[in-house]
Amino acid sequence: MSYAAAQALACALSLSPAMQAVVDFLKTWWVELVCGVVIVAAVPLVAGYVVLVERKLMADMQARLGPMRVGPHGLLQPIADAVKLLIKEDIIPRDADAFIFWFAPVISMVAALTSMGAIYFGPSFRVAQDINIGILFVIGVSSLGFLGVILGGWASNSHYSIIGALRSTAQLVSYETAGGLAIISALLLSGTLRVRAIVDAQADQHVWFIFLAPVAFFTYLVASIAETNRAPFDLPEAESELVAGYMTEYSGFRWALYFLGEYANMIVVASVATTLFLGGWLRPFSNVHWLDIPMGVLPGLLIGGLGVYCIYRAGKQPVKVQFGFMWAVALCCFGVALIYLVPWVVSPLRFAIPGLNGAFWFLLKVSGYIYVFMWLRFTLPRYRFDQLMHLGWYILIPLAIVNVFSVGVAMFLSSEFGWNRWLAVIVTTAFTLAVSVFLVRLHDKHATAASSASAVPSDSYAG
Amino acid sequence: MLDSILFYFFAGVAVLSAALMVTRRNALHSAVCLVSTLLAIAGIFLQLRAEFLFITQIILYVGGIMVLFIFVIMLVRLDAPIHQIRFRMQRFVAFLVVLALALEGVVILLLAHKLPGNGLLIQGSAPADKLPPNSEALAKSLFSDYLLPFEIASVLLLVAMVGAVVMAKSRKRTSES
Repeated sequence: MSYAAAQALACALSLSPAMQAVVDFLKTWWVELVCGVVIVAAVPLVAGYVVLVERKLMADMQARLGPMRVGPHGLLQPIADAVKLLIKEDIIPRDADAFIFWFAPVISMVAALTSMGAIYFGPSFRVAQDINIGILFVIGVSSLGFLGVILGGWASNSHYSIIGALRSTAQLVSYETAGGLAIISALLLSGTLRVRAIVDAQADQHVWFIFLAPVAFFTYLVASIAETNRAPFDLPEAESELVAGYMTEYSGFRWALYFLGEYANMIVVASVATTLFLGGWLRPFSNVHWLDIPMGVLPGLLIGGLGVYCIYRAGKQPVKVQFGFMWAVALCCFGVALIYLVPWVVSPLRFAIPGLNGAFWFLLKVSGYIYVFMWLRFTLPRYRFDQLMHLGWYILIPLAIVNVFSVGVAMFLSSEFGWNRWLAVIVTTAFTLAVSVFLVRLHDKHATAASSASAVPSDSYAG
Repeated sequence: MLDSILFYFFAGVAVLSAALMVTRRNALHSAVCLVSTLLAIAGIFLQLRAEFLFITQIILYVGGIMVLFIFVIMLVRLDAPIHQIRFRMQRFVAFLVVLALALEGVVILLLAHKLPGNGLLIQGSAPADKLPPNSEALAKSLFSDYLLPFEIASVLLLVAMVGAVVMAKSRKRTSES
């Protein structure tokens, strides 16, 4: 709604003051509202397709085909799953605390979606304007999602659920500390909490922070896997022990809400990692200017190439419907590629190029981060609960604290003593790694001593 | 106008859920109401353009302290206190306090037009871009003007933490021996 149109509308209806306030509100905030609606509408769809990619990848690693029936190569499987979940019976156990049972999945979902409000998905695609506490807002609000997990587990009135919820709480408390300390390292380097300014700092310093604080990135990776309850840290919903953990009693739409919240949370942690460590929406080598045009055209060409590949695969589909669907996918790809490439030809549209390309690189990095999550899920066995706690408290948190110190020392050495930045980074990282090796060996010694002292390991949280 | 609506919304939620928090028999319901009170107060902080306090309130109180509260509540038996009437002696005092608060509310409503400013309507706060950035201002005063109190507080917290660890450890050792 443009300014003039809104004003005309207001005059025509000669609105009361309250309605006038609403119109004023819309006039000021319509960009934010549109972006917010886009995010809320797109996240369920994206989550569904992340699940599809995950199943396909799992199938590939286990030498299977994965979903193949619904649409070509299972491309419509997420839609079928969503429809199934929506029309399933919604069961509330008799002795459950009905209101909290009803409310808990909503908390999970709302927290994850709200925290996306402060993320910049590209230089211009964001909901909240550059707020002063940006990254803190994302972390703080997304951590509220755990209230949903805990309350849902308690309200189900089931042993599996409550043990899942307890584990989840303990895990949250342990790993949020490590994750927070890892974030502090990146914040030290950027010197601000504003999301936009963090990415700009990486552009100004000509380096992504993953290269200046590799240990912090690794710590954040581990902590974020634990915070999103994913394998190998998926103790709160370990199928072999707890059925489905805190979600055991949930079914249908409520279960879908939990599920969406979890995947939305994955997108949030991936976005935070991308912003802090992987250069946000900056393309690779963003300061090498002769790459401006090749790298700028690359997104459009890649998406167009995807369309060509779809046409190539369409000929191999067994059913005619799937052949047609593959063509439709190809045409969609060509449409998006056209949107990316047209501004290069039509000069009045040039202003759109940074926004489009920024969104492409940002989403590519986020997808890459989630892809690593999937690798880890299908290659590593699940931890035992006391191992998880030991890893968090004995190794990860001390490592993160030492790393904050190291990053500070590296910055001090290069700014005050004029050391080469890379020399300082290498020296301090070597120090951090030495400390971590020491910690691991110390922990091993403790663990063997403890296991020889008492045959039964004490495990107060496992239930 | 919008400021007034938001303020009364947050204030109403805070007061209502605080009242619910006291009156619920079930400890976990109380905890949920307390969470809602804390969130509403965070909203009021945000409305005062104190965004750092807002997010600290959420991270520390809701994300940290309340999670531990709920953790403890889930580990204790809840059925025993549900069937008891607690605080019987304090009923009279509570009645007096509520009476005083209600009187105060009535007086404020009656005298609203004499209050400075717009009466019960909140005057719009200063726009965020005219104020100094909140977290930077806080950090500056904390690390320059109030450095000594800040350090003393952090040492105190460290001592408390070490004390907690030592107490937890020694109990374990005695139970084993």
